[in-house]
Amino acid sequence: MSDVLRVEKPGLFTTVQDLGRLNAMSSGVQQGGAMDRFAHCAANLLVGNDEGAATLECTLSGPVLVALRPCLVAITGADFDLRVNGEPAPMWTSTFVGEGDKLSFAGRRWGARVYMAVAGGIAGDRWLGSLSTNLLAARGGMHGRLLAAGDVLAVSAERASPAISGRLLSPDHRPDYADHTLAAIAGPHVRRLGSDGRKAFFGGVFSVSRDADRMGYRLEGPMLDASGDELLSFGLVAGAVQVPRSGQPIILMADHGTAGGYPVVATVTSAAMPVAAQLLPGDELSFSEVSVEAALRLRAAQRAALDSLKS
Amino acid sequence: MPAPRSKTRVRTHPLGDSALLAELGTRLDTALNTRAIALAAALKKRRDVRQAIAGYASVTVHFDPDQVSHDALAAAIRRLASKRPPMAEPGRLHRIPVVYDGPDLEAVSAVLGLDVARIVEIHTRPIYRVFLVGFVPGWGYLGPLPEELELPRRQVPRTKVPAGSVAIAGRQTGIYPLATPGGWHLIGRTSVKLFLPDSDPPCLFRAGDRVKFFSSPG
Repeated sequence: MSDVLRVEKPGLFTTVQDLGRLNAMSSGVQQGGAMDRFAHCAANLLVGNDEGAATLECTLSGPVLVALRPCLVAITGADFDLRVNGEPAPMWTSTFVGEGDKLSFAGRRWGARVYMAVAGGIAGDRWLGSLSTNLLAARGGMHGRLLAAGDVLAVSAERASPAISGRLLSPDHRPDYADHTLAAIAGPHVRRLGSDGRKAFFGGVFSVSRDADRMGYRLEGPMLDASGDELLSFGLVAGAVQVPRSGQPIILMADHGTAGGYPVVATVTSAAMPVAAQLLPGDELSFSEVSVEAALRLRAAQRAALDSLKS
Repeated sequence: MPAPRSKTRVRTHPLGDSALLAELGTRLDTALNTRAIALAAALKKRRDVRQAIAGYASVTVHFDPDQVSHDALAAAIRRLASKRPPMAEPGRLHRIPVVYDGPDLEAVSAVLGLDVARIVEIHTRPIYRVFLVGFVPGWGYLGPLPEELELPRRQVPRTKVPAGSVAIAGRQTGIYPLATPGGWHLIGRTSVKLFLPDSDPPCLFRAGDRVKFFSSPG
């Protein structure tokens, strides 16, 4: 391990994340991990890391970081107006920074979450098989907490593949973050909505309420009635759209509870989850119903875009 | 002589493109739960399965869609579920002290038409089974709750429930291990730690364990 970046300002809500701890879900521990897995994986691949290496997830505002030694970084996801030593710098691009160089963000342009990868992968506390920060348990990543001023980030390994500056993931290979139509597959309890409710769900316009975080987003919009017999609790997945008795649907995100008993009327496809991860309170969205086969085609296209970075 | 084939019908539903829900039944039933736990254990051994989580009477299966299709996995699940269920072993017994002074106790008392002492008496009567561990780290879904205490979940879930809260909903009861959102009715609290982050597994309860509550003075 070697120290690579010093945190001058942490930003509003910055955590260390990888692809989470799926294995721990049977103990009720949330999977966690990066909300926008596409941006997270792309950032890693751009700097020559495995896509499962840890990155920084910066929500709403970015940190100010100073390089303690030369390193290769890549910043992806939302656009917070990245600066290197105050000058605009390209995103979705691997970039060398020298000792003393300052990474900062001038202000949010769109989206919710920026990802920053460093060649070698960001080091942190490993808990139940993952470096992801679990704030509820106060474990993983930077000692189970948000980044704070004065923290020093290290890289966990010397990079395996040669680090190349100036590698780019072109816009046509990225998710269309501006299109807030989330492809979703009908869920186990969709029939509870009835045909009118189903039309209201797959076609209505919802907005993200203020009750939106890494666990999930409560939505506002058409009221849905998925009432019926109380369900026995069952294992949940990220992307599942629950309809509690209030009638306001909830999209489950990366830190969702592992089990629950509200009806699941749909599940957002894995290819649409990066778009969902970049939504903020007030943003409008809708759900379009797709088949499993169509979802897998979208997933494969996204996979191919990431694979184009492996060489 | 071949083993008798079970009549368990499994219904599978997609949960997105990389997971499915396999329902063994819709009743709160120890035998169904035992089968769900066994099915999850069998599925976890498959290379194309990334995680399998037993619910009360279901299994949620995370799979790799590059290795197996939804339909092929559903067929494999039906084959596995038709096998003779394993013998259920009695789980460990946990005795949990509870101070019955939860913020919803009065409302629960009013809705059910039972006085608080009666609610305490009914809640402490059974030895509950841990049907599943999930929702948040360390949470155990305990049941069956006696019918006299059956209530639907709250209409609007609370955004924050204090750690240690003892709660009921439907035919279930449980203890919030951490301060989290929750939609159950809060009837009491306990100081017993359910989430043990530095242990492996990081929780006191395991599926199949047994739990007995007793009333403790505040």
